[in-house]
Amino acid sequence: MFKKDLTASPKQKLKSSIQRSLRQSLLTTYPLLTPHIDDVLPKKSSLEQMKLPDRVSLYVIEGQPLFYQEGGGVIVPHLKLVHRFPHAFPTIRIDRGAIRFVLSGATLMAPGLTSKGGRLPDPNTKPVLQPRPAPKEGEEEGPSIPDEGADEEGHWSRELEKGEPVVVMAEGKETACAVGILVMGTKECKEKGKGPVIEEGHYLGDGLWRLITE
Amino acid sequence: MADPAFGRQVAYCGVCTLPPEYCEYGGTVKKCQEWLQKSHPDMYARIWSPEALEAATASLSVEAQERAAKDAKKKAAKAEAAEQKQADKLANSVVTIKRIERNKRKFVTAVSGLEAFGLDLKKVAKDFGKKFATGSSVTKVPSGGEEIVVQGDVSDEIEEFLLEKYKDIPEDNIELVDDKKSKKAAAAAG
Repeated sequence: MFKKDLTASPKQKLKSSIQRSLRQSLLTTYPLLTPHIDDVLPKKSSLEQMKLPDRVSLYVIEGQPLFYQEGGGVIVPHLKLVHRFPHAFPTIRIDRGAIRFVLSGATLMAPGLTSKGGRLPDPNTKPVLQPRPAPKEGEEEGPSIPDEGADEEGHWSRELEKGEPVVVMAEGKETACAVGILVMGTKECKEKGKGPVIEEGHYLGDGLWRLITE
Repeated sequence: MADPAFGRQVAYCGVCTLPPEYCEYGGTVKKCQEWLQKSHPDMYARIWSPEALEAATASLSVEAQERAAKDAKKKAAKAEAAEQKQADKLANSVVTIKRIERNKRKFVTAVSGLEAFGLDLKKVAKDFGKKFATGSSVTKVPSGGEEIVVQGDVSDEIEEFLLEKYKDIPEDNIELVDDKKSKKAAAAAG
């Protein structure tokens, strides 16, 4: 999607009501981000929007890209945000051989996930849960955070559905290399073992990554 | 440890902007290695140690390794060529400062060719206006492209200002042109 260098419109400040609704939809899409939401979107600072080609908007806070959205679709985190909060997003992992294709913008195919180096979700694993802040007394309990996460080997503890955004990790690397929207559920992917899994995403070194947001 | 409120901090390579782990796919591996060695020696030792490299290649078949190597080579060559081209372009591009006679004693100064040096014309125009306290605007030229038009004859000052402020413009690449509206030419055209 962002293979070429992008030209963005100047930044626009967003209304606080829009900011609120974005915050809400961000939390519904990524419940695991709940403990960090005040760090991601500090209440005081104002969110800015940059319009990119193909009706994509990128949301920026204090020069830091946070996430992008195509049309009115799913909110997808920018990789810099993923690098800051790696535990807050569902992940899959690709094997080493697939990295160079993903980093040149190819469609992610199933064999890169089903091979030995790849990791697809496994409902039977026990996730390593991230520590949560205890709810303060007298305070209403916010939306519940689901008990899901990745186990030590990188298997996510829940099967992911088609259309869900997912972060792509890589074998032997600590940081994520791409994000995108699944075009095939992970269960189907395991059964079929071939075909595209993530079509157009955002990867390290693409136009969105290189876009200057300062 | 990093400030918890900011999440995890990831260092990015100063050459290819990727996290250093991914430098090997960026096409500028050599430069990235040098940069990492200089600025994050500990990370360099971890990522580019012989053991780590061996682990990286062991899982691939020989054939795949060869293919990957070839691919990397091609990418590096491409990046180098692009860089060369960019440098060439920089060396060849000329900033033209043109003094245009508007009326007998009145002039405007047109500056073209700045965009080749990666400058934002709108911002530069604003700077000119501030510096010389005159009107300064970006206008389209008929041949396509844009130039900055500054009111008044400030051609020499602009040259100095450019050299001082934007160091990557070489002095030899600035050209001063005097464009007098000669009556004869105008008559011939008419």
